[in-house]
Amino acid sequence: MGEQRQILLTNINEPDQNTLSAAESRGAYKAIRKALEMDPLKIIDEMKASSIRGRGGAGFPTGLKWSFVPRDTGKPVYLITNADESEPGTFKDRALLERDPHLVIEGMLCSAWALQSNWSCIYIRGEYAYPYERTKRAIEEAYEKGYLGENIFGSGFTHHMVIHRGAGAYICGEETALIESLEGKKGQPRLKPPFPAVAGLYGCPTVVNNVETLANVPWIIENGGAAYAELGVENSTGTKLVSASGHINKPGVYEVGMGYPLLQFIEEECGGIKDGNNLLGVIPGGSSTCVLTADECKGVNLDYDSLKNAGSSLGCAGFMVMDDTTDVVEAILNLSHFYSHESCGQCTPCREGGHWIEKIFRRIAEGDGRPGDLELIENLCSQIGGHTICAFGDTMVLPYRSFIQKFRTQFRERISEVLKGIERKRNPMDFEVGGVH
Amino acid sequence: MSVAISDEAQKRLEEIKKQYPDPKSAVMSALYLVQEEHGHISDESITWIAEELDMSPVRVMELVTFYTMYYRKATGKYHVQVCRTLSCGLCGARKLMDYLHERLGIKPGEVSEDGLFSYEHVECLGSCGTAPMCEINDTYFENLTPEKLAGIIDRIQEEKPDLHFSTLRDKLGEGLSGCSKSEVM
Repeated sequence: MGEQRQILLTNINEPDQNTLSAAESRGAYKAIRKALEMDPLKIIDEMKASSIRGRGGAGFPTGLKWSFVPRDTGKPVYLITNADESEPGTFKDRALLERDPHLVIEGMLCSAWALQSNWSCIYIRGEYAYPYERTKRAIEEAYEKGYLGENIFGSGFTHHMVIHRGAGAYICGEETALIESLEGKKGQPRLKPPFPAVAGLYGCPTVVNNVETLANVPWIIENGGAAYAELGVENSTGTKLVSASGHINKPGVYEVGMGYPLLQFIEEECGGIKDGNNLLGVIPGGSSTCVLTADECKGVNLDYDSLKNAGSSLGCAGFMVMDDTTDVVEAILNLSHFYSHESCGQCTPCREGGHWIEKIFRRIAEGDGRPGDLELIENLCSQIGGHTICAFGDTMVLPYRSFIQKFRTQFRERISEVLKGIERKRNPMDFEVGGVH
Repeated sequence: MSVAISDEAQKRLEEIKKQYPDPKSAVMSALYLVQEEHGHISDESITWIAEELDMSPVRVMELVTFYTMYYRKATGKYHVQVCRTLSCGLCGARKLMDYLHERLGIKPGEVSEDGLFSYEHVECLGSCGTAPMCEINDTYFENLTPEKLAGIIDRIQEEKPDLHFSTLRDKLGEGLSGCSKSEVM
C-alpha cells in the first residue's frame, strides 16, 4: 500500500496515445465493451464497491453520487465532465486530456451507460485551447469509428458527446456554477438543494464528475470495484494524481497509491527541494487547503484521512511546495489576490470580505501593517466561512487562517518593523493592479 | 441592424447550436465567434447575439463582463498573459512582467504603438509544474525565463505566427515554429 501505482498514467508518455488507433492497441475501449454487457445498476454497485471518491476536491463518494440519480422521471439524464481545472496548483486533468483523451472518453461512455445518459459534455476551461483541440479530435475519431453516436458496439445504446469551452472563471469549477454557465448564463453557483442529481442541467438529473474520477472508471469495470478498493488505504482507495509544483527539482504530474508518505514524495518523486534549500511548508491539496509547515509534514501521508488529521486536506492534490526562502506574507498576498479576483460576486461576505482581506495583506506586505491586522483578518474569515451559497467562501479562508496561525511570528515581525521604522525592500510576487479588466 | 458576423461564422454558430439540448448554451461560442472576427465585443455584436439566441441583450452583456476571456476593447495582435498565481509567483513570474514592461514600454492593459503587443497578468492557467509561464493569445509558453521570453517576442515579430484558437475552424493556430504547444508531461 502507498507505493507508486499506474492506473491513469500507464500510457501517458506514449507520444501517439492521443490517437484512437494507438490508444486502442494499448487496451482502450475494452472496458466499454464489457460495460455494455453489464446491467447499468451493477456498474453503480461496482463504483460503490471501489469506494472511489471524487477527485475534483470535495472527495464525495462517486458511486453514491450516481445512485442519487432518479431513473423514473421521464427526463433525460446528463453527464458532465468537469474539466474547468482552475484550482491554483492543479494541472493533472490537462495532462490527461492532452495526452490520453480516449481514457477520459471511455470513462465517460462507461459512466453514461451506468447512468443511462444519452448526452454528455466536457466543460473545459477556455484557456485550455490545446487540450480542447486534442480532446475534440479524439471525440471526432470516436464518432468516426462508431464508438460514439447511435448503436454503440451493436448494443443499441446511443450516446452523444460535446466539448464546451468556458471563458475564464474559476468559479465554473463549482458544479452548479458550471451548469449555469453551460446553460448560457453567468457562472454563479445555485443554492442546494436541489442537487444536480435531481435537478441539474436544464432542470434534468445531472451528474458532474471530475476528469480524473471518470478516467478511473474503465479500470474499475475491467478489474472490479473490489480490486480497486484493495489499492490505497482505508477511506482513500485507489491512486491519486498529484500535480507537484513550486520549489522542487522535478515538478510534474505523478500518480501515487493513496497513502504515499508526503515527505518521501517530495524527496523521491519530486527530486527534493530546489537549490539545496530547506522545506518551509506545503500546500498539499490546491490553494484552497490549509498550509502545512515542514514539521507538520512529518509522518503525514497523501490520503484523505491522514491529511485531514494533520489539519489540511487532500483536495485535488495540487501540491505546492515552498522552500525557506519564501516570503510567507507575499505568498498569502498572492493567493488573496486570486480569491478576491475570482469571487463570482453573488454573496456579499465573499465578494466584499475577499477584497478587504487582500487589502489588509497588501498593506502588511507593503510595510503599512497595523497592530490588530491579523485579528481583523481572522475576524473577517469567520464572517465569510459558512455564510455563502457555495464552498468558495468556506475554502478561501482556509489558507488565510492557516498562514496566519502557522507563520504568526513572521506576520507579527513584519508589522512591528513598520512600527520601529525599519525599512524593508519588498520582493513581491504580486504585481501592481493593472490589466484590461 | 447591420450584419455583425460573416456568413461562415453564422453557419458555424448554427452547427454549434445543434450540439446542445438548448441552443442558448451556444452563447459562449457565439461570443468567441464575434470576438475572433472583430477583435473585441461591441454593443452591436451583443444585440446581434441576443437576437440570434432569443436572449435579452443584458443577459449577453453580463457574460461579457463576467468571463475574463471576452474583451470589450481590442488587445494587441499578440496579447501576452502572464500567470501570476502562487506556483508561478514562487518561480519568478514577476521577472517576466518586469521584462515585458521594459521591452514593450507599456503598462499592463495598454497596447504597443504598432498595435502588435499588449500584456496583462492573469490568474492560474493550470501550468504550475512548468512555471513560470505565459499564454500568448491562446498558445502556452512554459518553463520561461526573461531570456526565453525575449526570444519568443523576437520570433513573433519576425514570423507573425497564428497563436489564436479559432472557433470557426475549431482549431488552435499553427504556433511558433519549432515550439512545443505543451510541456505539461
